[in-house]
Amino acid sequence: MAFKKGLTTHKSVSSSTWNTGVKRDWFILKELVTKDFKLKYRRSILGVAWSVLNPLLMMIVMAIVFTHMMRGGSSDKFPAILFPVYLIIGNVTFAFMNDSTSQGMTSIISAAPLLKKVKIERAVFPVEKAVFALVNFAFSCIAIVIVMIFFQVPPTLNFIFIPFFLLYLTLFCIGLSLFLSTLAVFFRDIIHLWSVVIIAWTYLTPIFYYPSLLPDWLQNLEKFNPMYQFIEYFRSILLYQTTPSLKANLICLACGLASLGIGYLVFKKNERKFILFI
Amino acid sequence: MELIKKNKAENTNETSETNADKSKVNKKPMSFYEEGHAEKVQSEPSIIDVNNVGVVFNIASEQLNSLKEYFISLMHHELYFKPFNALKNINFQVHKGEAFGLVGTNGSGKSTMLKCIAGVLEPSQGTIKVNGSIAPLIELGAGFDMELTAKENIYLNGALLGYKKEFIDEHLQEIIDFAELQDFMEMPLKNYSSGMVARIAFAIATITEPDILIVDETLSVGDFLFQEKCEKRIQELVNSNNVTVLLVSHSIDLVERICDRICWIEKGEQRMLGPCQEVCDAYKSLQTS
Repeated sequence: MAFKKGLTTHKSVSSSTWNTGVKRDWFILKELVTKDFKLKYRRSILGVAWSVLNPLLMMIVMAIVFTHMMRGGSSDKFPAILFPVYLIIGNVTFAFMNDSTSQGMTSIISAAPLLKKVKIERAVFPVEKAVFALVNFAFSCIAIVIVMIFFQVPPTLNFIFIPFFLLYLTLFCIGLSLFLSTLAVFFRDIIHLWSVVIIAWTYLTPIFYYPSLLPDWLQNLEKFNPMYQFIEYFRSILLYQTTPSLKANLICLACGLASLGIGYLVFKKNERKFILFI
Repeated sequence: MELIKKNKAENTNETSETNADKSKVNKKPMSFYEEGHAEKVQSEPSIIDVNNVGVVFNIASEQLNSLKEYFISLMHHELYFKPFNALKNINFQVHKGEAFGLVGTNGSGKSTMLKCIAGVLEPSQGTIKVNGSIAPLIELGAGFDMELTAKENIYLNGALLGYKKEFIDEHLQEIIDFAELQDFMEMPLKNYSSGMVARIAFAIATITEPDILIVDETLSVGDFLFQEKCEKRIQELVNSNNVTVLLVSHSIDLVERICDRICWIEKGEQRMLGPCQEVCDAYKSLQTS
């Protein structure tokens, strides 16, 4: 007969077959991150090395352009020769936020065919994009290490604060990603608007210039820029070699929690209506 | 040459055999299952309980996809809604181990009903109670990523259905065998035909015994041999009395062959609910009249 290779029936269902609750979401998250990771580097010769090369190349270009421009200003926190380290830390940190929000924003819309058919935790999709950006960030950190070795910046005990930094920033990105993905479902304009916001935010954050070059009023406003807080936190660990103050820790934690809280609430309040708009 | 001939001979053999099967089935639709299957499942507890369900869409709110449109209509006080009843007063119970069909013409609300049962859409009125795990056939382009290989897609799709990783590890070979795509496992899915993807989707969804299997049009893209293979598998699942099959199809023949009971939804309203043959005859008379 044509159907020799039929499926054998599995009587022992439930416990060995199905994932439930958080475990199920976790497995989906893992599979989605794996998928994104594979797709990003499939068919590229250098593959994952690009995650390291990209920030390095970016830093070299920016260092060439901005070293001359920044000659007038200076920072009392580190020797001027280390300007490339200053650059790459800012760049990589900002790129993490940029990646997770830009991709997280459209994650619900792209998952539409699936969300219309299967009941799955919808928040998995924006969260996944933030986690995927975190994985890329981890690779970018290799580039930072390379640059630090090149400029002979020694590691210090302050490195124990890196996990805290990652936690604060990841919470912040997940929250923002949840918030934007909700907004994008109802108003597609956000997708276009956000690319403008990101560019404005890049320029308003001292990534490739010293904050001291800003006029006083703008310097004061920087206190309310979460990305500035995060980047300065990371720089203080790696570059300034100072222990992040309790105040800095609290500010970054508050930014992360506030973003996550708002993002989560907005998402959960509206997710039932998603299906009507995707 | 000889080999090809032999293959051909085999093929024709097979087709005639399956055709014979088919005609037998067509003559006596109830013989598809064990004797008295339909009666037996009626005594089982209901696994899906659809109680007075209605779904209302606001047509206006669906079209406001940009901020500009939103604010313009807000200022003009034009944010009134034109309600559209996609479903009205739907009532039915599906029993454990039953093969239940949903029929109706295009746009009559079958898919909306399925969405409600799958739990992705909340009904505006009434309640739906589902006791058990649901395995939908995830169609082309939904749970699959075209750039990934078939094997990678099996894991992704399995995760989305809620399988454990160990379970997929164990049954990977079985899925591949059932889909008959052994030689293409490392090929990106974009090089597959839609029928081949449907094979994988079906194999993944039916590798275990889900409590409820949702089968819709996805089946129709497979070739006739595979369709028959799927039907046979569905029949096996139904005969096991553990699996409830929910079938939505335009192919009234398929519905007739597989289902015990049918609900006919027409323009969002429940037209008829009853044993397969009765409803099918009534539905078919719609075509002729």
